[in-house]
Amino acid sequence: MSIFVNKDTKVVVHGITGKEGSFHARACIEYGTKVVAGITPGKGGQKMDEVPVFDTVSQAIKETGANTSLIFVPPPFCADSIVEAVDGGVKLIVAITEGIPIMDMLKVKNYLTTKACRLIGPNCPGIITPGECKVGIMPGKIHKKGNVGVVSRSGTLTYEVVDQLTKAGLGQSTCIGIGGDPVTGTNFIDVLAAFQADDETHGIVMVGEIGGNAEEQAAAYIKEHMTKPVVGFIAGLTAPPGRRMGHAGAIISGAGGTGAAKIRAFKENGVHTCENLGEIGRICKTIF
Amino acid sequence: MKIHEYQAKELFRKFNIPVARSGVAFSKEEALKIADGLGGFPVVVKAQIHAGGRGKGGGVKLAANPEQLLTIVDQFLGMTLVTHQTGPEGRIVRKVLVEAGQSIDKEYYLSLLVDRQTEKIVIVASQAGGIDIENVAEKTPEKIIKVHVDPLLGIQGYQMREVGFRLGFPALAMKQLYALLFNLYKFFVEYDASLVEINPLILTSAGDVLALDAKVDFDSNALYRHKDLLELRDFGEEDPMEVEASRYNLNYINLDGNVGNIVNGAGLAMATMDIIKNAGATPANFMDVGGGASSQQVENAFRIILADPKVKAILINIFGGILRCDVFAKGVVDAARKTGVNIPVVVRMEGTNVDMGKQILTESGLNLTSASDLLDAAAKIAAAVN
Repeated sequence: MSIFVNKDTKVVVHGITGKEGSFHARACIEYGTKVVAGITPGKGGQKMDEVPVFDTVSQAIKETGANTSLIFVPPPFCADSIVEAVDGGVKLIVAITEGIPIMDMLKVKNYLTTKACRLIGPNCPGIITPGECKVGIMPGKIHKKGNVGVVSRSGTLTYEVVDQLTKAGLGQSTCIGIGGDPVTGTNFIDVLAAFQADDETHGIVMVGEIGGNAEEQAAAYIKEHMTKPVVGFIAGLTAPPGRRMGHAGAIISGAGGTGAAKIRAFKENGVHTCENLGEIGRICKTIF
Repeated sequence: MKIHEYQAKELFRKFNIPVARSGVAFSKEEALKIADGLGGFPVVVKAQIHAGGRGKGGGVKLAANPEQLLTIVDQFLGMTLVTHQTGPEGRIVRKVLVEAGQSIDKEYYLSLLVDRQTEKIVIVASQAGGIDIENVAEKTPEKIIKVHVDPLLGIQGYQMREVGFRLGFPALAMKQLYALLFNLYKFFVEYDASLVEINPLILTSAGDVLALDAKVDFDSNALYRHKDLLELRDFGEEDPMEVEASRYNLNYINLDGNVGNIVNGAGLAMATMDIIKNAGATPANFMDVGGGASSQQVENAFRIILADPKVKAILINIFGGILRCDVFAKGVVDAARKTGVNIPVVVRMEGTNVDMGKQILTESGLNLTSASDLLDAAAKIAAAVN
């Protein structure tokens, strides 16, 4: 087992004829992912290599049985593309696009809560179950099949962590980048719950960042609901506090959001805390 | 993107959000002319900078007559205003708002913003408006009213009533408050704001509701659909190096230390700054060239960091995924040659084609130190500056 994606995942790539879309669709196929369709409105009937291109998501699903969307559409059109995937009936959407207006994402997120569909991202590297399926832009080669689940808010920082795990001999069950935007489809707790329920995952690495209070909430969830060991890391501990414009942000987040508050939340809730990225592989080796 | 109070108030007028009569002045003469047009004294002079806390910092003053006005404007223009939001270096005042004085009966706090936790738009209001709102939020959070609006539905009548009744707003002024809330929400959504703050929102002794201050921040990701807002950007309020970096789509923040760093990806960039600090050195900047940056981007980043006189050494940390290490290494070598770099550079690369990348660096004949992993990189950069 693994979470969210596996060898049965059938991917439709939105924006497959674009520069990014075609490049990464090919890399996913090379990794072994079943990319069954692509979408570019107006280019239906064409092919990207061997992959049939459709005008709409519903057509692609009907013809190919696609169950997962991978989105590379530019920011102004991305919310539309996500909603098309939801209404088309896919079960999982991975949105790579960076720079979607937050107002668009607020609407999309509130719409999604009424649907049986999971969104990962936007502004994320995607998801990979090593040896089975890669739905994203991460370098496949650094991953290795195994029993550590990885969940992170960032891209290259996740690669760094995975690379250290693999070099330390620790393979991964599934690695997910949930994205760094203020509003994301999937949060830490969603992923932690899925890892807890997954037989193949024996331990979890959670990579957070300063800002917001997702890490604090996740830490409380870990204490309450998780029996598997979790190693936590927070990027940006030494970053100077941002110059705020108004008072409103401070009113909402209170004392939360700082690196120190997150580390404290980790420690108080039994999360094994790594405070130097250079040592995360070694620390995981000791704990897992 | 932040704008000035006077710009925000102009936008408010377009949305029928009531503000006092006012004008912006860049000189004493202009200030006097505006005051004449307002029809008499007293007038309020407000320093225009992109930061809050101006009242406490001495950037807001009342002028009872033309002589006082001239003295205040003379003092404000060109002064460095320090508030708790500007940092110790403060901001230079280049313009002032001259506004008709108001007879205030009561002050409230009102703001709209995106609440990350509930993923709704939240209205925040308080009876305890004025300059001490941060204290109120910290010490008496029960005095802060929060109402969450579903972005799919928009603001509802009952939500406006809830704000009004919980604020204890007088019945006679309630209609004005509803209209203001409705229009403010409309403004927030139509312009893709991330924050709109009115502190204080006042009730005048004549019973009118007015936005006496206006702070607005817009979502920079949405500016492509608001071309009119782009003209409101004030480059004078921004760090010149950050402006330069933004021209090349580089995510850069200027800091106090002496270790320049170039990293691909925001999370890794933050973690790299932490590592520099852990090793006993201090980062001079945050620089994210993007997860899949081109070698051209790397060259731009290099140039910007080298232009910073406080930088004594540079740490480059790249995890090559989409960006291949060999392509990146070529970019570094080209940039180093073109810019004639004469300070130590430590390069740590990992990922796709890393061996080819290292070979390119070694064969370049340039004074580039290679690091095997993060800990090694941190030790080497700290040794270079300490």
